[in-house]
Amino acid sequence: MSAIESISFDHSELLRFITAGSVDDGKSTLIGRLLHDSKSIFEDQLSAITHTSQRRGFEAVDLSLLTDGLQAEREQGITIDVAYRYFATPKRKFIIADTPGHEQYTRNMVTGASTANLAIILIDARKGVLTQSRRHAYLASLVGIPHLVVAVNKMDLVDYSRDVFERICEEFHVFAAGLHLKNIAYIPMSALNGDMVVERGDKLDWYDGMTLMDLLENVPVDHDINLEDFRFPVQLVCRPQTEELRDFRGYMGRIESGSIRVGDSVQVLPSGLTSRIKEIVTYEGNVDEAIAPQSVTLAIEDHLDISRGDMLVKIAQIPQVTKEFNAMLCWLSDQNLDPRRKYLIKHTTRTVKAMVSRIDYRLDINSLNHEPAETLKMNDIGRVSLKVHQPLVWDSYHRNHATGSFIVIDEANNNTIAAGMICAAKDQAGSCD
Amino acid sequence: MNTMLNDMEELVTPAPGVVVKTEPVVIKRPVARHFGHLDALESEAIHIMREVAAECANPTLLFSGGKDSIVLLRLAEKAFRPGRFPFPLMHIDTGHNFPEVIEFRDRRVKQLGERLIVRSMEDSIRQGRVVLRSENQSRNPFQSVTLLDAIAEFQFDACIGGARRDEEKARAKERIFSFRDEFGQWDPKNQRPELWDIYNTRVHPGENIRVFPISNWTELDVWEYIAREELEVPHIYFAHKRDVIRRGTGLLPLSHLVQPTEGEKVENLMVRFRTVGDMSCTCPVESPAASVGEIIAETAITRITERGATRMDDQTSEASMERRKKEGYF
Ligand SMILES: Nc1nc2c(ncn2[C@@H]2O[C@H](COP(=O)(O)OP(=O)(O)OP(=O)(O)O)[C@@H](O)[C@H]2O)c(=O)[nH]1
Ligand SMILES: [Mg+2]
Repeated sequence: MSAIESISFDHSELLRFITAGSVDDGKSTLIGRLLHDSKSIFEDQLSAITHTSQRRGFEAVDLSLLTDGLQAEREQGITIDVAYRYFATPKRKFIIADTPGHEQYTRNMVTGASTANLAIILIDARKGVLTQSRRHAYLASLVGIPHLVVAVNKMDLVDYSRDVFERICEEFHVFAAGLHLKNIAYIPMSALNGDMVVERGDKLDWYDGMTLMDLLENVPVDHDINLEDFRFPVQLVCRPQTEELRDFRGYMGRIESGSIRVGDSVQVLPSGLTSRIKEIVTYEGNVDEAIAPQSVTLAIEDHLDISRGDMLVKIAQIPQVTKEFNAMLCWLSDQNLDPRRKYLIKHTTRTVKAMVSRIDYRLDINSLNHEPAETLKMNDIGRVSLKVHQPLVWDSYHRNHATGSFIVIDEANNNTIAAGMICAAKDQAGSCD
Repeated sequence: MNTMLNDMEELVTPAPGVVVKTEPVVIKRPVARHFGHLDALESEAIHIMREVAAECANPTLLFSGGKDSIVLLRLAEKAFRPGRFPFPLMHIDTGHNFPEVIEFRDRRVKQLGERLIVRSMEDSIRQGRVVLRSENQSRNPFQSVTLLDAIAEFQFDACIGGARRDEEKARAKERIFSFRDEFGQWDPKNQRPELWDIYNTRVHPGENIRVFPISNWTELDVWEYIAREELEVPHIYFAHKRDVIRRGTGLLPLSHLVQPTEGEKVENLMVRFRTVGDMSCTCPVESPAASVGEIIAETAITRITERGATRMDDQTSEASMERRKKEGYF
């Protein structure tokens, strides 16, 4: 019997998307336009930004002020960090992350991208595909965002020219052939005037595709949850030790993928010990089955030594357990990667010491060529071989985002300095770029 | 103040070699239902709270008696029962609270059987740590002083709070795990990247992390969750008759802190509060919504944001929230 029978999901309920692209391509303006034209701006917000626009001497309301909420952003007219906005239409709910285009703030773009189902890459019609557009498209592909919308913006500044639009689409298409992007849609628009955002406008009659809003409301939401392999990283061990629960021992965590039923055989990794699920405890009462991404407490038949950082899996679906593996890294710190140093890796609920034993290559973002490299600098993307002090329990990022992703932490200053995606075991073929 | 730490160690250290037989903890109820939007938000928040419990040495959960922190408490129950909360609750009392909210706060804490720490601004004022211009002035901006003092006193390395990104434009920019330096300051131009849901909880002594498990919830989500979980909230969230004064764009509740000035008249209107905070600057809205269901219906169609309608202190300047956060505020 399948566990999925009794708990139903509606993936179409929520779409998380980001806007990305180069500086000043109009990302924040587009979000503002989308919210404005879908009547999702509150009156007090609109009057506040109208007021600010007037004070700054703008002729029209600057819609980018809706998401550029920091003082420094407003002074400079740029986005520095991701802003999250929430809105809903009768069709679905949306979480938008408006990310910065500025190269210096790529780490904030990656922050927004890591949880998105769809990315809108904006391209200024006058400028065409820039290095930063490529970097963002590559990053979207690398973190596995299943849908990409290429929004050719500022069409008002190129007389709404079909030729310009088609040339840019062609240019992007050639570049994207080297990426893993399955679904790419191209839309010409003017975020400033609102053409093809929510309304079609009357300047782009030659375009017969969907408006951005149509697309956002109707695109199938591919979830990044793997529904097959049961993965349960233990967050906490619960031992209430009260009178009536003296002997209770539960493992608290979130089911990262797959599903589990009472009676299922499970293996504890990395120790390899096995047992069966005795109870699935929730606040509402015990249940017979649970499914990702539920947070639950599991009790097992046998008394085993299990603590935070261990992972429960099903016997027939064993992940990799190794101390060495290859991974793609996005380097997010202004201190370069130093192969002589030890770093910390946080992967699921396990934090371990790690060393980069080899930098396999650095990626040239324009040509997508692999180049030899001694280090990775801020905003570089490269593949490395890693060695960790205790074994990690992992799947390739491609197969399972939750058990294939990790962050790198600098122990000296506690900063998060890289995002990692596991490709394969050491010396095994396979890449995730 | 390392009792929390010891509790945590107890939680994660299994007694070796003991074979135990466990009895079912609670009633068996087959759950066959739809896993929807609220369930996803709930599971995310539980995961966040458990990360705090597992990785932070000495956390606390800020409980004010307001709707967002009421939701946090239910999430904590879901995260940690049948065990106890692995942290104490804390309230920073401005001394300007609505009495019914304080009554509710104490009752709820008692029901839960958890520990509540109260640190009050009155003490900070008495100690000369907070200097007010006038007795009736809004105390919200000065909460940070008392909060930071309490953090230092108990050596908290993490404070869980109920702030949401949809509340305010500076909050919309903040990480779920928001790092504060040894002065409690937020540096919005240099936030740690936050990738997937792998949270970096590491701090040096004296620094702390503010954690916002319901960052991704909207006001509507909060009310829908309150309805679903049948949570009790203080009465002032529901429509009631109250003496108010029109001032600026809002209504202010008449109290010993707010009295009519020249030309202002007192009106008795049907109102409810959308947030509960400092009595001197929290405005009620005119509303007939007397039940959670009616509030949900109203929230779904409102054209004014929660803070825009209700907080005079956020409207004093374009960046008032950002400035307060930089000073250590929530
Ligand atoms: N003419 C024209 N101008 C636009 C359009 N969209 C945006 N702009 C202008 O382009 C400028 C930059 O817009 P933003 O929305 O701030 O750009 P951004 O991509 O968010 O910039 P960063 O976040 O800093 O990378 C502003 O002056 C906008 O008014 C458009 O469709 N047509
Ligand atoms: Mg922007």
